[in-house]
Amino acid sequence: MRKLLKYLKNYKKELILGPFFKLLEAIFELIVPVVMADIIDKGIASGDSSYILKKSGLIVILGICGLGFALTCQFLAAKCAYGFGTELREALYKHINTLSHTSVDRIGTASLVNRLTNDTNTVQNGVNMFIRLAVRAPFLVIGAAVMAFAIDSGLSLIFFVAAPVISAIIFFIMHKTIPMYRKTQQNLDRAALLTRENIEGTRVIRAFSRQQEEIDEFRKAVDDISDNSIAVGKISAILNPAAFMIMNLGIVAIVWFGGIRIDIGILTQGELTAFTNYMTQILLALVVLANLIVTFTKAFASANRVSEVFDLESEENGSELPDSTSENIIEFKDVSFMYEGAGENSVNHLSFTLKRGENLGIIGGTGSGKSTAAALIPAFYRATEGDVITAGKNVKSCDIDALRSIIGYVPQKAVLFSGTVRENMKWRNENASDEEIISALKTAQAWEFIEKMPDVLDTHISQGGRNLSGGQKQRISIARALVGNPQILILDDSTSALDYATDLNLRRALKNNMQETSVIMISQRTTSIKDADKIIVMEDGEAVGIGRHEELLENCAVYKEIYSSQMNEKEGNHNV
Amino acid sequence: MFKTLKRIFSYAKPYIAYFVMTLIFAAAGVSLSLTVPVFIGKAVDCCAGAGDVDFIRLAEIAVILAVIVIASGIFQWLMSLSTNKLAFLTVRDMRSDVFAKLERVPLKYIDGSTKGELTSRVINDIEIISDGLLQGFTQFFSGVITIIGTLIFMMFINFKIAAVVVLLTPLSFLAASKITKATHNSYMKQSEMRGNMVSFSEEMAGNQKIVRAFVYDKRAEEKFAQINNEYGKIGAKATFFSSMTNPVTRFVNGLIYAAVGLLGALGAVGHSSFIGVMSVGKLSSFLAYSNQYTKPFNEISGVFAELQNAVASAERIFNVLDEDEVDDDSDKETLTNISGNISFRNVCFSYNPEVSLIHNFSLDVKSGQRVAIVGPTGCGKSTIINLLLRFYDIDSGEIKISGRNIMDITRSSLRNSFGMVLQETWVFTGTVAENISYGMDNATRDDIISAAKAVHAHGFIKRLTDGYDTVISENSGLSQGQKQLICIARIMLMNPPMLILDEATSSIDLRTEHRIQRAFNKLMEGRTSFIIAHRLSTIKNSDIILVMNSGNIIEQGNHEELMKNNGFYARLYNSQFVN
Repeated sequence: MRKLLKYLKNYKKELILGPFFKLLEAIFELIVPVVMADIIDKGIASGDSSYILKKSGLIVILGICGLGFALTCQFLAAKCAYGFGTELREALYKHINTLSHTSVDRIGTASLVNRLTNDTNTVQNGVNMFIRLAVRAPFLVIGAAVMAFAIDSGLSLIFFVAAPVISAIIFFIMHKTIPMYRKTQQNLDRAALLTRENIEGTRVIRAFSRQQEEIDEFRKAVDDISDNSIAVGKISAILNPAAFMIMNLGIVAIVWFGGIRIDIGILTQGELTAFTNYMTQILLALVVLANLIVTFTKAFASANRVSEVFDLESEENGSELPDSTSENIIEFKDVSFMYEGAGENSVNHLSFTLKRGENLGIIGGTGSGKSTAAALIPAFYRATEGDVITAGKNVKSCDIDALRSIIGYVPQKAVLFSGTVRENMKWRNENASDEEIISALKTAQAWEFIEKMPDVLDTHISQGGRNLSGGQKQRISIARALVGNPQILILDDSTSALDYATDLNLRRALKNNMQETSVIMISQRTTSIKDADKIIVMEDGEAVGIGRHEELLENCAVYKEIYSSQMNEKEGNHNV
Repeated sequence: MFKTLKRIFSYAKPYIAYFVMTLIFAAAGVSLSLTVPVFIGKAVDCCAGAGDVDFIRLAEIAVILAVIVIASGIFQWLMSLSTNKLAFLTVRDMRSDVFAKLERVPLKYIDGSTKGELTSRVINDIEIISDGLLQGFTQFFSGVITIIGTLIFMMFINFKIAAVVVLLTPLSFLAASKITKATHNSYMKQSEMRGNMVSFSEEMAGNQKIVRAFVYDKRAEEKFAQINNEYGKIGAKATFFSSMTNPVTRFVNGLIYAAVGLLGALGAVGHSSFIGVMSVGKLSSFLAYSNQYTKPFNEISGVFAELQNAVASAERIFNVLDEDEVDDDSDKETLTNISGNISFRNVCFSYNPEVSLIHNFSLDVKSGQRVAIVGPTGCGKSTIINLLLRFYDIDSGEIKISGRNIMDITRSSLRNSFGMVLQETWVFTGTVAENISYGMDNATRDDIISAAKAVHAHGFIKRLTDGYDTVISENSGLSQGQKQLICIARIMLMNPPMLILDEATSSIDLRTEHRIQRAFNKLMEGRTSFIIAHRLSTIKNSDIILVMNSGNIIEQGNHEELMKNNGFYARLYNSQFVN
């Protein structure tokens, strides 16, 4: 929480001057009733019209000055809040980019985005409101009380009873309602969840003819919302009427006791009017203060959520550069890896070496640890035991950026970014030439459809690649990783949307055009990996077989089973 | 706008009592509170000066004041209570209605809308109505009463000064509307910039792992800084403009206050010929009124903005509610004695009238036959299923099941005779057991476990923290394959007379699929079934294979016939083996 304060340090001036100007405005506002009291007591009493005119003019001047001060404050507040917000967001985004996969997993990307956009905004708004109101509202309360005290200390005792009582009511109500509002929010979230799931599952729900049951269940959730909201409403409905009653009963008391004091000559009629005026001001300020507390509570919650991101540790980084002449491109020495919070190793005591230029296939069922093992090579995750050595250097001591720049990575789910095809293709190398890009697209079997697009490389891709088919996205995503001839290419089951023919052409092209590159192909199909120089067969995080296709057919039961199940299908002996 | 409002209030009809109470309590509470300054003024007039205080009258006024204040407070409280009930019960009904509507609209509507948008109707739009319209309504109502009441009281005290106040108030309005206009532009710009910032964050922070894998972070940061700075600058400007409203209206109020003070005091001093006689007490109640009078104007202009939002939201909701519904078929017969014969006769269908999709499609499926539909992604394989289950209705022709036209039987009995597993898995937030036994309320734990065992899901379910009682959801960390297994187990438990498998095993690794296949085979034995798959190996042994391409059925026959044909299917099939 305190960590976020440093982003305010460039705005110290605004942070001090803003409330100061607001304070001036409040002071002027407090003077008005006194001037009005003068008009009544001196002007009216002596029948002096020019005095009345002069004093009325003073009120107008006070108003103009007040306006000027207030606008200055609003300006400073907006400048400070947005300046702070901008710096905070920039720092937060930079920090997000340093996070390790483990850290990202801990919060989840959706929540990261939320914190970067919504929470920073809420904090920004909190700063804005702080400058504008945090000084003004309490000052008006205290100021009105002090002014009243100055006029008649005895009578002002009523203030010192009424104000705390009103405050106590406000705080009591907030104390009661804030947790209830949270519960209402949870109810609302539940209704949103039901709605989303129902829309996603319409076909299943209708297939099972469960519409009425779903409607009934939703009705229950909606009843919870309204029950809870009405319950909160009952409590918060007390606030305004109670404050109104106390304030006005205070005024009744002021009038009564004021009458007594006027009778004995220690209070004037005009002062009595000023007194009632201050009472109203106190009430209004207290209500603002209550709203302000709600804003601040939200801002603090958001600030905490932002701080949590800053608290996530950055990825470790070493200084060694990968050795592009090492004999082995990849070496695993008794490597184990366990995801945070998991009870079992996802990769268990894995050892193998791969020579430069050799290709590796990794095969196994869902959840067998194939992708996890590959994610250790670019140090997306760090081995919990053992050593991963990529391009001759232990990834623990490697400069992460340098390490990753020799690796082309194609994720399971093709992710493209809004922008042109060319911009997407320049991710590995921002200076890539068009020839280089086209050759990568050709290898990835993507050029055939991009070539036909009217804008070719300038074709616009919308966010998430929504204007492309799954197969097209996958091919561009592969091509993107090929730009700049990486020494290692990791294909994480990234050809699932391609038909057999395209898949085959892709594999051939990779073999012919990327000879220097060690291709690591993760797949569930034996056909995709059987030509690899080395195949790792994984099951439950363990390598149950390492070797060439023929060797594994000889001595690896699991591989044999996978292979024969797929061959059976092909040969049509499938026992269906 | 008026029609929309009327329709919203038609939802409030069952709660008309609360509505009437709101109005009565608001009127009573506000008008009582308006008399307070009059009595305070009278009280001030009782205290003319030292030794000149009328205590009997003062006591009387104090008692009256106390009673008025307490009564008004109670009325205001009652008003809040009735508004609450009115608002929350009304939107509760609206929300249930929209949700229920979504269960009754044709699938075409749901398929054609974004899921997030529909969810936003049910959740956010209703919230906006609740906040803006119904809460705003009472604010508006009491605001109007305050303005009118204050005006009347001021007129009673002094007509001329009241006239001055009335003439000056538009100033406050004018200033507010000028500012709103000036801020509108920068506000639009601000929300556009914010949109840029959010969508960039969604892309780049949402895909942080990819950004890091490509060492793209520095470039992304530069771009983010640029967007962020722009947003910061424009945001500060827009915020400043919009925050001008309060000080400016406060200033106008101050002017009115000064004018009232000036005129009132001059009146009290004896320029009565011009202004009229005015006592100090009357002046002080006048001052209190002039303070009170301008406030509701600001509130009302705020209410108007919210009202516009609420009406816009309500219109979006009514658009959903006005969608056509699938016709009520509860009076139709139910499908019984299912033999499993299915026939398509000259079926024509298109999603879009301009693009014909399925044309004169005929097919006879005998009881127990296995029908496979193959073809490239997006060729319309699932359309046949959509038509068979009446998710969409055919344009012409007929589909018969066991000799009964599917248009003549209830949808629910038709759908209940099929078990269906889709590629897009659907698990809902609930325990694993609840998910498997969806639609089968009387399934025992043993039934559930044996269904899970049959599809080889028992192993991973057992390893979950609470086994079958683990709460799962779409994003609870289950893999796509595991979710698919749960959906298949659901069908195993249901044990339906006919089956539809639409890419049911696409996310399951081949080895597990191979094992499940045995369970499927057992389930499919003797049952008519439809299988859609892109792995040709899974469908080879089907009795009929339909080959589809860009919406048309281009080939039809069994594996051997199609291979002999040497057409599209043969090419598709052979491409697997080119190696």
